[in-house]
Amino acid sequence: MTSTRTPMTYTHQMARAARVVRITYLVLLVIALLAPLLGLYPVFVMKLLCFAIFASAFNLLLGFTGLLSFGHAAFFGSAAYITGWLIKAHNLTPELGILAGAAGAGAIGLLIGLVAIRRQGIYFAMITMALAQLVYFFCLQAPFTGGEDGLQGVPRGNLFGLIPLMSDTAMYYLVMAVFVACFLGISRIVTSPFGQVLKMIRENEPRAISLGYQVDRYKLLAFVLSAALSGLAGSLKTLVMGFATLSDVHWSMSGEVILMTLLGGVGTFFGPVFGAGIVISLQDLLADKVGSWVTVIIGVIFVICVLAFRKGVVGELRDWLDRRRKQAA
Amino acid sequence: MEIFGIPHQAFLGQLLLGLVNGAFYAMLSLGLAVIFGLLDVVNFAHGALYMLGAFVAWLLLDKLGINYWFALVLAPLTVGALGVVIERLFLKHLYKLDPLYGLLLTFGLALIIEGIFRELFGSSGQEYPVPALLQGATNLGFMILPIYRTWVVVVSLAVCLGTWYLIERTRLGAYLRAGTENASLVQAFGINVPVMVMLTYGAGAALAGLAGVLAAPIIQVNPLMGSNLIIVVFAVVVIGGMGSIMGSILTGLALGVVEGLTRVFYPEASAIVVFVIMVIVLMIRPAGLFGKEA
Repeated sequence: MTSTRTPMTYTHQMARAARVVRITYLVLLVIALLAPLLGLYPVFVMKLLCFAIFASAFNLLLGFTGLLSFGHAAFFGSAAYITGWLIKAHNLTPELGILAGAAGAGAIGLLIGLVAIRRQGIYFAMITMALAQLVYFFCLQAPFTGGEDGLQGVPRGNLFGLIPLMSDTAMYYLVMAVFVACFLGISRIVTSPFGQVLKMIRENEPRAISLGYQVDRYKLLAFVLSAALSGLAGSLKTLVMGFATLSDVHWSMSGEVILMTLLGGVGTFFGPVFGAGIVISLQDLLADKVGSWVTVIIGVIFVICVLAFRKGVVGELRDWLDRRRKQAA
Repeated sequence: MEIFGIPHQAFLGQLLLGLVNGAFYAMLSLGLAVIFGLLDVVNFAHGALYMLGAFVAWLLLDKLGINYWFALVLAPLTVGALGVVIERLFLKHLYKLDPLYGLLLTFGLALIIEGIFRELFGSSGQEYPVPALLQGATNLGFMILPIYRTWVVVVSLAVCLGTWYLIERTRLGAYLRAGTENASLVQAFGINVPVMVMLTYGAGAALAGLAGVLAAPIIQVNPLMGSNLIIVVFAVVVIGGMGSIMGSILTGLALGVVEGLTRVFYPEASAIVVFVIMVIVLMIRPAGLFGKEA
């Protein structure tokens, strides 16, 4: 450091960092709002945003409550089916279809959560995975899911019965709005007193219990919220792509959302969004070029993340900036 | 003759098939329990290692003409060696971390192994013939007993009980159990714990590989056979609790039989009955049937 500059205090540095983060978000928002004009392929960006919501919802549970669910495909996929079925077979308007999907996923989340929170750690992961497999078999055999074919050709319809979503631009802004709302909503949940209790459970569950918190209720509520938001992502995805298939409920989908969150940064706000961007882009880029090697590549990224990169891209970046700031102060 | 309105031939046939499946559940959950006990790692790659065992057997026969009996030894050794490599290269670095990272790492490894085999051999199954010595069936009078399936049940049970004896009744097993309780103390007594850990993972992997070889002539050898099985085995492990070796064996066998019986009486539910039982057990006894309350 040069001696002419007055050294800033650590709090000043923090305030400046917060300002930088806010400005970054604003810039990203402006880019996102202009995306259709910039010539980005809208369906791709919409798919990416859906998965960004999914990963953020998952992160609410893993990053801020410390619960690793290996069955989040159950919520994503069942909501995708519910929305598709209601819109296609019962001519519901898209907003009602989406809400019903999210509510359905929340209800399934309540049932699965009630069972799964009876155990902790790796058992929690195994139980959620087994219960998600139960949902998978249900979707495979239920009469309204189209079995192996899934639900195809789900119409986008008119939002509130007024705005036709057939145009990708209109659909894009709807997805964008839902994404921003979810992102802000999750930030709000995490910074609320409720979110602080969740963090305490993550850090030290016995202490939370000894302080008199009904830990199971907090965990269950976090689980249901995460499930409902994951469902919202699945419903939106059905609307955007026009189909819901078995791969939406398959365990590999549960694995993918874990990877997105891990890669971007567990317990960071922007990490899951970033991770979803990388994974979806990779799949899109590689799908028709390398076939099954996509699975191998995803596996390799998993291994690298766990061995060398446990904080994820955003987490490592944050720590690096933090260290520099401390050195400067 | 009928049992509960079902022709007894079909009934006993499904019962045997259930026992066969149960034997696989027992072998796999046993390996998971032993690995988890010492390494604190839930080995998601267990299904992939099982698949690998079957594929090694098939490759030995198809490419090199090496028959079933040699494969029965060579395939588990190969898979076990791969297990040792996995432990040295990857798992070794995770022991001080949250066990969840072990689960995630082995999940990634499972994706890699399965992806490679899917790319090389496609998703369709490969036929593995039943060895000449074990073909056909014996007529017991009240039922026709397929020899190969009986063989699978007998061998699996022998291997499971042998493993139980090794762990619960021998000096080597005593080291292992002591290491599960307190690794650093065992180390202080002069046992080379890192080598023990490495060999334990290798042995667990070999057990999965052996199950794969045994399964090869019964089911089509295909790259996805492991991942479909591993989730059921996880449920088995949750039901049994990972604390007891004998518990894993008994739970595995019993659930296989229950699944077989469900296939007789209500086929639609046979794929999910294990999961439903898991829910019931979790409601009544969260630590599992043989688990210790945490």
